[in-house]
Amino acid sequence: MSKFKMHVLVCGGTGCHASQSELLLENLKTIVADKGLDNDVQVIATGCFGFCEKGPIVKIIPDNTFYTQVTPGDAREIIEEHLIKGRKVHRLLYVDPENKEQVEDSKHMGFYKKQLRIALRNCGFIDPENIDEYISRDGYEALVKCLTEMKPQEVIDILKKSGLRGRGGGGFPTGTKLEITSKSVSDIKYVVCNADEGDPGAFMDRSILEGDPHSVIEAMAISGYCIGSTKGLVYIRAEYPLAINRLKTAIKQAREYGLLGENIFGTDFSFDIELRYGAGAFVCGEETALIHSMEGNRGEPTFKPPFPSVEGYLGKPTNVNNVETLANIPVIINQGPEWFASIGTEKSKGTKVFALAGKINNVGLIEVPMGTTLREVIYEIGGGIKDGKKFKAVQTGGPSGGCLTEKHLDTPIDYDNLLANGSMMGSGGMIVMDEDDCMVSVAKFYLDFTVEESCGKCSPCRIGNKRLYEILDKITQGKGTREDIDRLRNLSTVIKDTSLCGLGQTSPNPVLSTIDNFWDEYIEHVTDKKCRSGQCKALLQYVIEPENCVGCTACARNCPVNAIAGERKGIHVIDQEACIKCGACLEKCKFNAVFIK
Amino acid sequence: MAKIKLSAERLDELKAVCKSFNNEKGELINVLHQAQGIFGYLPAEVQEVIARELHISVAHVYGVVSFYSFFSMLPKGEHPVSICLGTACYVRGAEKVIDEFKKHLKINVGETTPDGKFSLACLRCVGACGLAPVVLVGEKVYGRVSPDGVKDIIEEYTR
Repeated sequence: MSKFKMHVLVCGGTGCHASQSELLLENLKTIVADKGLDNDVQVIATGCFGFCEKGPIVKIIPDNTFYTQVTPGDAREIIEEHLIKGRKVHRLLYVDPENKEQVEDSKHMGFYKKQLRIALRNCGFIDPENIDEYISRDGYEALVKCLTEMKPQEVIDILKKSGLRGRGGGGFPTGTKLEITSKSVSDIKYVVCNADEGDPGAFMDRSILEGDPHSVIEAMAISGYCIGSTKGLVYIRAEYPLAINRLKTAIKQAREYGLLGENIFGTDFSFDIELRYGAGAFVCGEETALIHSMEGNRGEPTFKPPFPSVEGYLGKPTNVNNVETLANIPVIINQGPEWFASIGTEKSKGTKVFALAGKINNVGLIEVPMGTTLREVIYEIGGGIKDGKKFKAVQTGGPSGGCLTEKHLDTPIDYDNLLANGSMMGSGGMIVMDEDDCMVSVAKFYLDFTVEESCGKCSPCRIGNKRLYEILDKITQGKGTREDIDRLRNLSTVIKDTSLCGLGQTSPNPVLSTIDNFWDEYIEHVTDKKCRSGQCKALLQYVIEPENCVGCTACARNCPVNAIAGERKGIHVIDQEACIKCGACLEKCKFNAVFIK
Repeated sequence: MAKIKLSAERLDELKAVCKSFNNEKGELINVLHQAQGIFGYLPAEVQEVIARELHISVAHVYGVVSFYSFFSMLPKGEHPVSICLGTACYVRGAEKVIDEFKKHLKINVGETTPDGKFSLACLRCVGACGLAPVVLVGEKVYGRVSPDGVKDIIEEYTR
């Protein structure tokens, strides 16, 4: 990247793409060419910067200027003012929400200060469609080192020593997994990258594939070398067209450079990668289901053992790893296992990428050392709760995880602490909720998801989750009883104990953890028939305050079901039996007489 | 369902797709992806041809098609509207956006308007959580959609 004096980096992630970053990029390129700056200024599209809240993002290197919410029309001003005259375009600079000051250097942004980017090291820094840029950042160096200087077992030992654990949710030690696969005897073995990121609200794997596809390719080749495999497969969601294209381009370039194919670096190691597409089934994130899907079958899980490391794709030993896990491997080889093990907590080493979303100011992709507290993530990096509302809970681990509340804010985040507190790491989705969110409805939302995604093989999961959903629905309709809460608990335990795969074993977690942490809210729903957040419509009561009512008849005229009675200039009353809770009266009343009880 | 007759031309195209994957039964999902690209959906007739070409039973093909939400056996509208129901979109009010679409298009989720212009579907997370709630019309992504903005989106495609 050195021959240019300045680099203009434009975010080309899915989020910014949707906000016209492509047109912006084109405009920037055209204007740079018009001004004859082609030799000094390089304009490139990069992967995700993580700061999706304020996209599209434009970053200028070397001065680290960070422009937010840039429109295609801003291109000229950025070039004429900043690049030519050296004056920053102040109106586009990021403004610190706390002290309202413009931040000139992105290093000083609260969002980035606490982060440590290892898996995301290249995202937002290089052009993912240009292999040379990856190589210039030590790319493929780890692969060379492994192939020419180390034996497969030595590479495995490094990964074991680093303490790297699977980032897809399970947390199984990566080195051990490779070792088991390497010891399985077979004529052919496979390396599989699990890029079936089905967890709603999680987008870290997509961002890595979009922003740094070569790191995944390099790691797959290293894994292949460790276990003695010549064939890699990436199982990727069909819903991620941009990631698929970037990966295809990257594979093609790696082949052209001889980094994939026959006799890599003149050694006798050969390796190549193919893509397999998912078709929208959450359960396919489970490794046995994923393998069945790759074989062209219904993605139903099967019993383990045998584990894929012994009997996987087409019955052959298969090493399955998640995208983020893979992205860590090349850095560990380059920087050494001691360095990696020095980051994080005792049993969880390194960093974790989280997709921060929901009612938070800085929605985006973040990477923090294991052991960072929730408070640091939500308030320092995430910039606190949206619209100054009160924090209520953060949901981690998606449909398999649970909710953490205020009392967990100072718990260091790692695999074991999250499990001990009734949630789990999962793939890294973190959804922040505020006082307006009803926790019973949140549990219902996740169960709705699980009911739809259960493959149907095991009765407890297929039928049990449906029953859980129905009971939760009953409670939100105001028809629940105290016994229903006990039923939820019992049934949840049975489903967890008797399901075959991870989906059923964890699907009741959102129910159990909301019952544990928000017991009062459940009780309010079933005994007082109240929903404190006002989200359960059936539990709302619209009433008219007689003192404020002037009898203008606006509410009665606009009520679609004629549930409001009252004479002109007389006090109006809502018939609760007939009311359908549409809220029209509240909207139409000009005298603040209608309110929600 | 009414029988559809596949034109000879389309049939050849489909067979060519199967052949490009060496008529390998393990490639079924890839074949179905491409077939859906050609026909827009996967009617029984298409599944029968694929089963024959890959030497597997129609039941197996149907089993796979019905398992994955990406595959559809009903034709979609000219402008398929998909509303993201990922958690981030959910907590930022995607449900109200769905209701608004239902009201304006007068169809339920999973249905197509009688004129074939719009179809309505929910999907789980496109990964653009920063823009929540997100709506997709065809390939185009609309971010931060409010219930009030729904009318404008529909109008864009009815003009």
